[in-house]
Amino acid sequence: MSATPLLEVKDLVAEVDGKTILDGISLTVKPGEVHAIMGPNGSGKSTLANVLAGRDDYQVVGGSVTFKGNDLFELEPEERAREGIFLAFQYPVEIPGVSNMQFLKASVDAVRKHRGQDELDAPAFMKLAREHCKELKLKPEFLKRGVNEGFSGGEKKRNEILQMALLEPSLALLDETDSGLDIDALQVAAEGVNALRNEARSFIVVTHYQRLLNYIVPDYVHVLAGGKIVKSGGRELALELEEKGYSWIQ
Amino acid sequence: MSDEINALIRREYEAGFVTNIESETLPPGLNEEVVRVISAKKNEPEWMLEWRLEAYRKWREMEIPTWAHLKHPPVDFDAISYYSSPKSKNDGPKSLDEVDPEILETFEKLGIPLHERAKLAGVAVDAVFDSVSIGTTFKDDLAKAGVIFCSISEAIRDYPELIQKYLGSVVPQQDNFYAALNSAVFSDGSFVYIPKNTRCPMELSTYFRINELNTGQFERTLIVADEGSQVSYLEGCTAPMRDENQLHAAVVELVALGNADIKYSTVQNWYPGDENGKGGIYNFVTKRGVCDGANSKISWTQVETGSAITWKYPSVILRGDNSIGEFYSVALTNGYQQADTGTKMIHLGKNTKSTIVSKGISAGRSQNAYRGLVRISPRADGARNHTQCDSLLIGDQCGAHTFPYIENKNPDAILEHEATTSKVSDDQLFLCRQRGIDEEKAVSMIVNGFCKEVFKELPMEFAVEAGKLLEVSLEGAVG
Repeated sequence: MSATPLLEVKDLVAEVDGKTILDGISLTVKPGEVHAIMGPNGSGKSTLANVLAGRDDYQVVGGSVTFKGNDLFELEPEERAREGIFLAFQYPVEIPGVSNMQFLKASVDAVRKHRGQDELDAPAFMKLAREHCKELKLKPEFLKRGVNEGFSGGEKKRNEILQMALLEPSLALLDETDSGLDIDALQVAAEGVNALRNEARSFIVVTHYQRLLNYIVPDYVHVLAGGKIVKSGGRELALELEEKGYSWIQ
Repeated sequence: MSDEINALIRREYEAGFVTNIESETLPPGLNEEVVRVISAKKNEPEWMLEWRLEAYRKWREMEIPTWAHLKHPPVDFDAISYYSSPKSKNDGPKSLDEVDPEILETFEKLGIPLHERAKLAGVAVDAVFDSVSIGTTFKDDLAKAGVIFCSISEAIRDYPELIQKYLGSVVPQQDNFYAALNSAVFSDGSFVYIPKNTRCPMELSTYFRINELNTGQFERTLIVADEGSQVSYLEGCTAPMRDENQLHAAVVELVALGNADIKYSTVQNWYPGDENGKGGIYNFVTKRGVCDGANSKISWTQVETGSAITWKYPSVILRGDNSIGEFYSVALTNGYQQADTGTKMIHLGKNTKSTIVSKGISAGRSQNAYRGLVRISPRADGARNHTQCDSLLIGDQCGAHTFPYIENKNPDAILEHEATTSKVSDDQLFLCRQRGIDEEKAVSMIVNGFCKEVFKELPMEFAVEAGKLLEVSLEGAVG
């Protein structure tokens, strides 16, 4: 495993309103790897995903992050997205009146343009979107509805995976994708993710429960507590955590 | 985020140029003599002059309404000129060939070509420049269908019986302060008559342009749809950027006889003033339609993005049984703009139905108010109204207000009122940006989504225009 890292986080410190949330995180993700970030509530795991995606509620006060060899913090959120960072939201928001199709097309157009690819024409895009819908067991009518408007929890999460499939990111950040999902919905979402795994694409899977990791099997597991990575290991670390609880590492 | 939103709100007004032409403008101020001069300039018959003078006398005794949620310095009615027309040899141009090329170019720049070879396909246009109509396209084609589409000045001369019957029949002279003023000094506007059982073969459109400094524009539009006829009418308006406020006080009257259907769409883009709130049009407009016959229908659709001040309540009097009134509105205010707009639905006939969909978008330091009245008379058995009133806020320095009034005198009526207020949230913007969509595009997409129900009521070409106009009006609203 000597490939150049896709993402290199060094001593990252971030805060919200003067309160330190991430307190010196270091993490290296190489192409094709799946890293799980686990931790109790308030440990900073969602913050890590959001800081990487560029949400401006957080202030980065220390450390560095390079993505594809470039300083990530030089990039606006939309630029990070176009460069291949994708965040699957824990709570996807609604955009009433904007059809899912229109939104997806605008998004895919923006990313393709950045990559120097031609815009897909409407019929080609529609066909592609419908195919992906089918894989995620979403009806085609789903594309005509407003973005996340009146979607069930499961639909919202599958909509995130649909967007990920269409945008073909190089680094996908899954922020508690399992929260609020029943076991069937979880399986569908996980299958969607697994279908996208390949040797170039990396994932950071943020989750509270090890249950998701039965379906999306990680290469590495990191345990976050108090804004620090307190333990790293392989797949078996998640199982151990499940058995012993978070109090074990605190 | 709010700094960014403030930056995005700043925008350019694209229609703000001035046309340099010679014009003939009356000195400022209003008295009986001015009314007589206007009437004489138009070669009006005696009855028309009398009608104007009657309106003028009533106006003098009326008070400026102050109930609207609007703040502005008092309008000095003596500082305004009440008539201005592009200079021409005699009575004005007889055909488009005689129109000053500068004016034709102005309309062309605004995307309204008037010349034969470049006319808008499928849309007949009456172009009003300051106080006069300078030309109407497709007149002959319309005449073949029996449709009359001309300036109101021509109509007063050529169709006196129709004008005497209908002018002021929906908005009487003394209806309100601004309507009375308009009745006294209106200079031009459009007249439409659709004969019985005729479907107007094309969209009709009037384009209003204020050019001259210190001039008010007072146009008057009258549309009569005879029994079983159908017409769709569009109205657009722009003005140059001037530091002074300019007054626009129009009256629009619609008459739908039995089984007739009138659809009236407006895209209003008067100059809104600069980013400090200097200049801009004061838009005090009275628009009202009457569904006079059974099964008739009047539908108002408006997209209001311009004007420093908007005071406007396109209304429908539902007199005929089973008649239908609709009001679809998008009002966007930005900078220091203020809008107080809405509708009145007056249910008189049985089984009358009305629908109100109002979308208010406030950005910058603007104030945006919806004011609506739904009145159900004791006779209006089976009347129904559905009102939906949504406000969207962009940034944290603007205001949205809702003043719904319901007067129901019939226990049989069914009335529904829904209202929502939302913000373009940071979460929505972040979702879009995280998907690679830049902020400006994201705001415009969110706002367009919010307005979708109204845009789908606009004629196709206009819906696209309206979407683009919103985009321009929001330019700089985040950024």
